[in-house]
Amino acid sequence: MHRSVKGEISRGAMSRRSFLRGTGAAAAATAALESALSGAADAAGDVAGPQIVGPDATPVTLRVNGMVQAVAIEPRATLAEVLRGPLGLTGTKIGCDRGACSACTVLIDGAPVASCSILAIDVGDRAITTIEGLARDGALHPVQEAFIAHDALQCGYCTPGLALSCAALLDRVPHPSEAEVKAAISGHLCRCGAYQHVVEAVLAAAAAGRG
Amino acid sequence: MAAPPQDSLRHETVAFGIAGVSLTQVERAAPADEAPPLAPNADLAQIGKPARRWNGEEKVTGAARFTGDIDLPRLLHARLLRAPLPHARIGAIDASAAERHPGVRAVHVILGPQGGGTASVSADEDVQATRRIEQPVALYAGMAVAAVAAVTPEAAEQGVRLIAVDWRPLPFVVDMDDARAAGAPVVFEKLDVQAGFGASGLVAAGLPLVGNVRGPAADARGDATTGFAAADVVVEGEYRTQAQSHCCMEPHGVVADWRADGLTVYISTQYTAGVREELARAFGLPLNRVRVVVDAMGGGFGSKATLGYYGLAAAALSRKAGAPVRLVLDRQEEQVDSGYRPATWQRLRIGARRDGSLSAISLLSYGSAGTALGAGVGNVASRLYACANYEESHYDVLINSGPGCAMRAPGAVPGAFALEQAIDELAEKLGMDPIALRDRIDASPARREERRIGAERIGWSRRHAPGADKGPIKTGLGMAQSLWGANVQINSACEVRVLRDGSVEVRSSVQDIGTGTGTVLAQVVAEELGLRAQDVRVRIGDTDFPEGPGSGGSRATASITPPARNAACKVRRHLCALAAPILGVEADDLGARGGRIVSRSDPKRAMAFREAAAKMRTEQFVAIASRADDYAGFRSRAGDSAAALNDIGGVQFAAVTVDTETGLVRVERVVAAHDCGRPINPKQIESQVHGGVMQGLGYALMEERILDRQTGRVVNADLDRYKMPGVHEAPEIDVLLIENYQGFSATDAYGVAEPATIPTAPAIANAIYNAIGVRLRALPMNRAATLAALAARRT
Repeated sequence: MHRSVKGEISRGAMSRRSFLRGTGAAAAATAALESALSGAADAAGDVAGPQIVGPDATPVTLRVNGMVQAVAIEPRATLAEVLRGPLGLTGTKIGCDRGACSACTVLIDGAPVASCSILAIDVGDRAITTIEGLARDGALHPVQEAFIAHDALQCGYCTPGLALSCAALLDRVPHPSEAEVKAAISGHLCRCGAYQHVVEAVLAAAAAGRG
Repeated sequence: MAAPPQDSLRHETVAFGIAGVSLTQVERAAPADEAPPLAPNADLAQIGKPARRWNGEEKVTGAARFTGDIDLPRLLHARLLRAPLPHARIGAIDASAAERHPGVRAVHVILGPQGGGTASVSADEDVQATRRIEQPVALYAGMAVAAVAAVTPEAAEQGVRLIAVDWRPLPFVVDMDDARAAGAPVVFEKLDVQAGFGASGLVAAGLPLVGNVRGPAADARGDATTGFAAADVVVEGEYRTQAQSHCCMEPHGVVADWRADGLTVYISTQYTAGVREELARAFGLPLNRVRVVVDAMGGGFGSKATLGYYGLAAAALSRKAGAPVRLVLDRQEEQVDSGYRPATWQRLRIGARRDGSLSAISLLSYGSAGTALGAGVGNVASRLYACANYEESHYDVLINSGPGCAMRAPGAVPGAFALEQAIDELAEKLGMDPIALRDRIDASPARREERRIGAERIGWSRRHAPGADKGPIKTGLGMAQSLWGANVQINSACEVRVLRDGSVEVRSSVQDIGTGTGTVLAQVVAEELGLRAQDVRVRIGDTDFPEGPGSGGSRATASITPPARNAACKVRRHLCALAAPILGVEADDLGARGGRIVSRSDPKRAMAFREAAAKMRTEQFVAIASRADDYAGFRSRAGDSAAALNDIGGVQFAAVTVDTETGLVRVERVVAAHDCGRPINPKQIESQVHGGVMQGLGYALMEERILDRQTGRVVNADLDRYKMPGVHEAPEIDVLLIENYQGFSATDAYGVAEPATIPTAPAIANAIYNAIGVRLRALPMNRAATLAALAARRT
């Protein structure tokens, strides 16, 4: 497997609706904010007290697919928007923009996250993996290979998110049961109805990894 | 159309019948320049094999370029202002503040005082319903009023908020039953209707409009009254189906780039060539100044067949702003204003003689496609089973909701939900097995075989009497059938070119909407040239290439694979002619296989395909071919559309469990037996059948777009409250595919998308009846509906 999962993401940090006002938000959000603001000229001040950022663009550093990327973004920008816009990583798809379809799934420290529902400035220095970063050194991830071999896609719009969730599963559980595969992709909507081929593909990728 | 002169025809013996069952040969007269007859799949190298999806790698790596991914220099972002009320007159629109916003580059009023006060109901080009009024009127909540292009999406959103509209509310109606009642608010005082294709079928001109009800559109043969008098058994039922949203994962979207030398539009579409026609007409441009492109396309299911109001708005904004404009609907807009499968009500009555033969069918239906027309229930009741006496009347009911549109097997899906339950009910009354009854009244050899193999696979012989299980959880088996026209778009063209290094391209404006059209094109060309599918570069979805068909009506494969093969055949003949003198044989003696040009009489005389290509005088050889008529003629044709003599079938079986305490229906298993002429890629067909079953299952059990009668708004315009099936609802699906040769074209291949979704809901309904002994005649069959039906039986 390509990488290991490093802990869970704090859910408190992930809603764009629990926005920054007053920063009465969870400690995790404050911590993420600090890291997002390190180096920002106007960020100097009482770290313990309320901080106001934005509404103008704020410099942020993101770790994406093993690269460090510095961008200036409005604090309201979601991770999905920043990946697709300034970073040009359009493999991340927006299907519903409110965490209902999982098309926008990326991995943060190895765990699947709906990138439409986390603010980019809340990511901090955690490692982001998008679909563009799943293949390594020109070799497709076993899940990607299996998706092609089992025709686990049709239109392909939900595919990047699904592939990342499945890769994260195999990272965590190298030999999952069918029920575990279904649980791992239960938040993903696929209107073309590729579910059965997705499950077959993931089980086949796991079996191939056994040898 | 005049028959072609006899000397341009060639008499051929071609494969006919079902492989492994009734395979034989028939003689057909094919145009002389058609590729030679193709052997059955068992004897082919590329066709009939599960070749990998041509753009699979792009799709799993995120490299595939969808419309919303397109970025251009100076790109502007557009947002739409939408009506907040379900029915309101517009007193005035003031966009001056929006125009003054520093980020805004253009404002386009869609629904303003224009053109003598005629408000167009729908931007679709097909059925235009117009209303003569003094001032523009918003006909549903969410109708697009104006569009704003700005340097960022946020600035566009702010621009939208700065447009002031003086709304004058009008009474509205969003419920089909309310709309039929006397005294209901009237949606259209007057309708000017041009005949055309509406939401679910053809719409005739000149039908009466009374209140909100337009019709009847009537059809009849024989004499139903006499037929019912001759019946030994009659079944009658009322069926109700809901509005189903397409829920394409990729929202509708467009990037329009208007320049001095022409207009380029990137759009998530099922029909690049059709959108080009619409744009040329709308803006008075010659076709050679309009280019329409779609690369990866994230699902359409009928809702992306036309330019649409959003496409028109984006192009208008780009012209005004002098810069490219991207307009992508958000999910709420998508669920409110991008079409849906119309809701219907049907009363179906069927009479039969004791031997099962049908003596009469009578169908009355009402359907609502909101502010669009054509919400019919298809032709399954008329055509699936032999019956001499038939009558139907259909009425469209207009309500204040967005226009419905075609959705995967429009008409046939609600139609089959009623018909196939009625046939099962009839079988029970006659004391016949549902399969035995269908064997008696269904003439299709394909469906007969599909019933046989499907029944065997699902274990039909173990089916128990209705409601026979003990305990609270009941199991049931049911089946239902499909009928869909084998549609062909006869102006379809395709190009194949070989380059001097032996590399090959196939080109057409036809698009791949996720069905795998590109893969089957590569397979067909590779077969003809003796190459592998992955050797053929697929370049499609661009109107710079020869015009291909729309991906709708399950017509793409039938329309575009024959010209692809014929163009490849011309390339093969060219290379064989170059190779013949070198190999010392006649060109006619040469064929292409295994990457070589080989003599049939002396296989030692051969050269590599690449080597033959190197003999070309110029850098490339290009061949274009167009779709010939079916060799046996068509059943019908209208304009560029034709229907083959033979229909597409399909039979599905469902195994369900019903928890009689919670009302939960689980579909445990579906066996889907299908035909589509010559299958080209069985793996992709399997995928598509899975999709048909899943959409049919969602329709059956959970999906429903809900309009609030108090506010007129869609209350579940998102993907959390609009329930669609996920992996936990997915049954185990077995796809059984038969090869059903007809000898109609150079590939003899037809589509499968629509037939695969028609029988799912009635098969589940029949299985539920088998489980609990109660028939559910309204969709969706969710827990509340199941519990209510069980409760009604107890009282």
